[in-house]
Amino acid sequence: MSATKLAPRDQGAPDYIKCLHPAMVKNYGKWVEHERIRPGVLVYTAENGDKLYTVRAGSPRTMSPTTVRKICDIADRYCDGFLRFSMRTNVEFSLTKEEDIEPLIEAIKTELGFPIGGTGASISNIAHTQGWLHCNLPATDAAGAVKALMDDLIEEFENENFPNRVKISTSCCQINCGRHSDIAIIVQHHHAPRINHNNMQICELPKVVAICPAAAIRPSVVNGNPTVEVVDEKCMYCGACHGQCPSMEIRDADTDTLSIWVGGKGANTRGGPSLMKLAVWGLPNNPPRWPEVSEAVRTILNAYREGAQDWERVGEWIERIGWQRFFEKTGFTFTKYHIEDGPNAMWTYNRSTHVRI
Amino acid sequence: MANKQDEKGTNNPGLNTPLLDELEDGPWPSFVSDLKQWSETKPQVAQLLNQLEESYENRWNYWTGTVLNVSGYGGGVIARLSDKADKYPDLAEFHTIRVIPPPGFVYSTERLRNLADICERHGAGILQLHGLTGDALALGFDNESTFEAAEELMANGWDLGGSGAALRSLQCCVGQARCEMACFDTMKTTRGLTNHYIDFLHRPEFMYKFKIKISGCANDCANAMIGSDMPIIGTWRGPMQIDQQKVAEYIDEKGVEHVIDNVITRCPTRCLSLKGKELVVDDENCVRCMHCINVMHKALLPGKDRGVTICLGAKRTLKIGDTMSSVIVPFLKLETEEDFENLTDLIDRVWEFWNDNGMDHERIGEFIARVGLGTFLEGCGLEPDPRMVQSTRTSPYINFEELAPGRFEGESEQQPKVWNREPESSEAAG
Repeated sequence: MSATKLAPRDQGAPDYIKCLHPAMVKNYGKWVEHERIRPGVLVYTAENGDKLYTVRAGSPRTMSPTTVRKICDIADRYCDGFLRFSMRTNVEFSLTKEEDIEPLIEAIKTELGFPIGGTGASISNIAHTQGWLHCNLPATDAAGAVKALMDDLIEEFENENFPNRVKISTSCCQINCGRHSDIAIIVQHHHAPRINHNNMQICELPKVVAICPAAAIRPSVVNGNPTVEVVDEKCMYCGACHGQCPSMEIRDADTDTLSIWVGGKGANTRGGPSLMKLAVWGLPNNPPRWPEVSEAVRTILNAYREGAQDWERVGEWIERIGWQRFFEKTGFTFTKYHIEDGPNAMWTYNRSTHVRI
Repeated sequence: MANKQDEKGTNNPGLNTPLLDELEDGPWPSFVSDLKQWSETKPQVAQLLNQLEESYENRWNYWTGTVLNVSGYGGGVIARLSDKADKYPDLAEFHTIRVIPPPGFVYSTERLRNLADICERHGAGILQLHGLTGDALALGFDNESTFEAAEELMANGWDLGGSGAALRSLQCCVGQARCEMACFDTMKTTRGLTNHYIDFLHRPEFMYKFKIKISGCANDCANAMIGSDMPIIGTWRGPMQIDQQKVAEYIDEKGVEHVIDNVITRCPTRCLSLKGKELVVDDENCVRCMHCINVMHKALLPGKDRGVTICLGAKRTLKIGDTMSSVIVPFLKLETEEDFENLTDLIDRVWEFWNDNGMDHERIGEFIARVGLGTFLEGCGLEPDPRMVQSTRTSPYINFEELAPGRFEGESEQQPKVWNREPESSEAAG
């Protein structure tokens, strides 16, 4: 070890007060109402009448320092040198002068090329994962898939034309870091992992055996070396072992496909949080633009917009009209693979005579 | 945007990315265009794009994960080695540093520029704002520059985020800084918990990861309910605040049918009704879902006696299937130092029981599913509360500790207990 003096450790989270717009510091906890002036632009009013305008812009999440500095330049010019990022990687510019809204939007559009929107009943920016850019497990890309999809959906980002907000996520492996969303795109694998028996010494074999949710992995010996084997009939191709041990290769460029899941919701509003369910499977993993995915997402969105009542999220709409109608209206095919076979399977069957005939 | 086509490409002769170039078209901002231009400053970014291009061409990934730790830390660096290091030498070591952002992802431009400057100085400079982990991500450091960047980051008041089997970087919504619906101070709670538990965040010692996300109200803008092991969600006691004048104005503006269809009938517990233009609430049955407040947000606000509901257990599907969060503390005030101590006391108990009894790689939701919520509560010293369940049980097979008859003498010493009592009559036996 060098004798260099180390910087202070364990400082924790930075002081947010120093990162807040002065109007937020002044009115912290004293806001009384908000209004969406138009898509992407909100105004918040404090109890003393102070107003704070916020303009939301869609970012590509992955940015060079040049782009980050351009964001800062704009925030310096219009927002007293403060800004915020939203949960879905939008940039939020807050300002107190109403007359600066238009010049700010103009600056965002021309200097950054970011669209304005993502508020209310729109499609917000897509929550996504790391993909081929920097993850060790992905079977598809994330940032590129999001770019391709948002190119197609940008007008839905810039307008509020749905019954309620639509959150979309993508995930590049079956671990599904993109999480539950109204519409989620997930990669799926279709055969058991291929084992590199020559490279098993890098893995902790008991952990590899223990992590399998299907108890399909058991110890084995190949060429005198300890390794594992996979019982093909038990394997459900989840890739849990691949995350534990890189020598258990689950991905297959020739056979991996994409699937689309619908109806996930995190908010506690109305019926509370809900899990997403399978809508479409077997779509090709087709970079650089994944047109089949865009088309299927568009089909779901169109049916949702046409059929849902105000405030119904995608899952609530499907719950009301039933899955039979969902498949009718989207034109997708219901198959035996749509029927749950996991531990809670029976609770997902129709356990009544309530049938739309 | 019209001349986007003309902007394609850079002066970097090393770039060869025909497939990625297709992602420069279209109206959404392109990370490819941005990184291509940046590759003129940082040649390793050209190698990154070229490798990404090969991924697009072959639908294959070329990163291998490894472990690298900054002195004193057991996480915070996501270390990656390229499988194509022969071809792309600058990617041989190409790590991500997770940085704890200010709670709520708020920045002064001074702080954000500082972050960008440090990351540019030591690495490829690529920033991701933010990862789903709740961190600001900085990409592209080799082993040595990871250490250098980390030191400079820490010298400038930044700290590394969580990774591995540790407390992960906490996340919260904008909260009271800019939202009238926030029922408690999400930013203060996030910073308070981060700093209180910073040891657990930096030095992995859990069964597996533990995520805390914090939302000011049930709308859950921080995606806590389905995306964290411990969602802390703002709520209130007693009636919500109603401005009946503004209710009447809303009805005048939108019409009574609109209000019935979008507010009254959408209440999950059917506790709303209209009496003329007055909104009547069955306060006792309001579950604080926020729907009516969202719709009539100028007329309605959360009640004044505010606090949080704390849940436990959400994670995505690996390995036992999805687990959703469920209520563990129906209501807790979170205003004073003492309130905060109640929260940390709860977290301490939960962590202790989970880590003493959990299995390797077992998230807390999986652990609760395995041992049962009743056992879990007992283990943590928490009282069962009907608000923790949707219904009581349906299975009649229960070990009622109070009702079980005494065992034969000496049996209680046996481990495990063995039930070997004979039938009382031979008839019963026959």
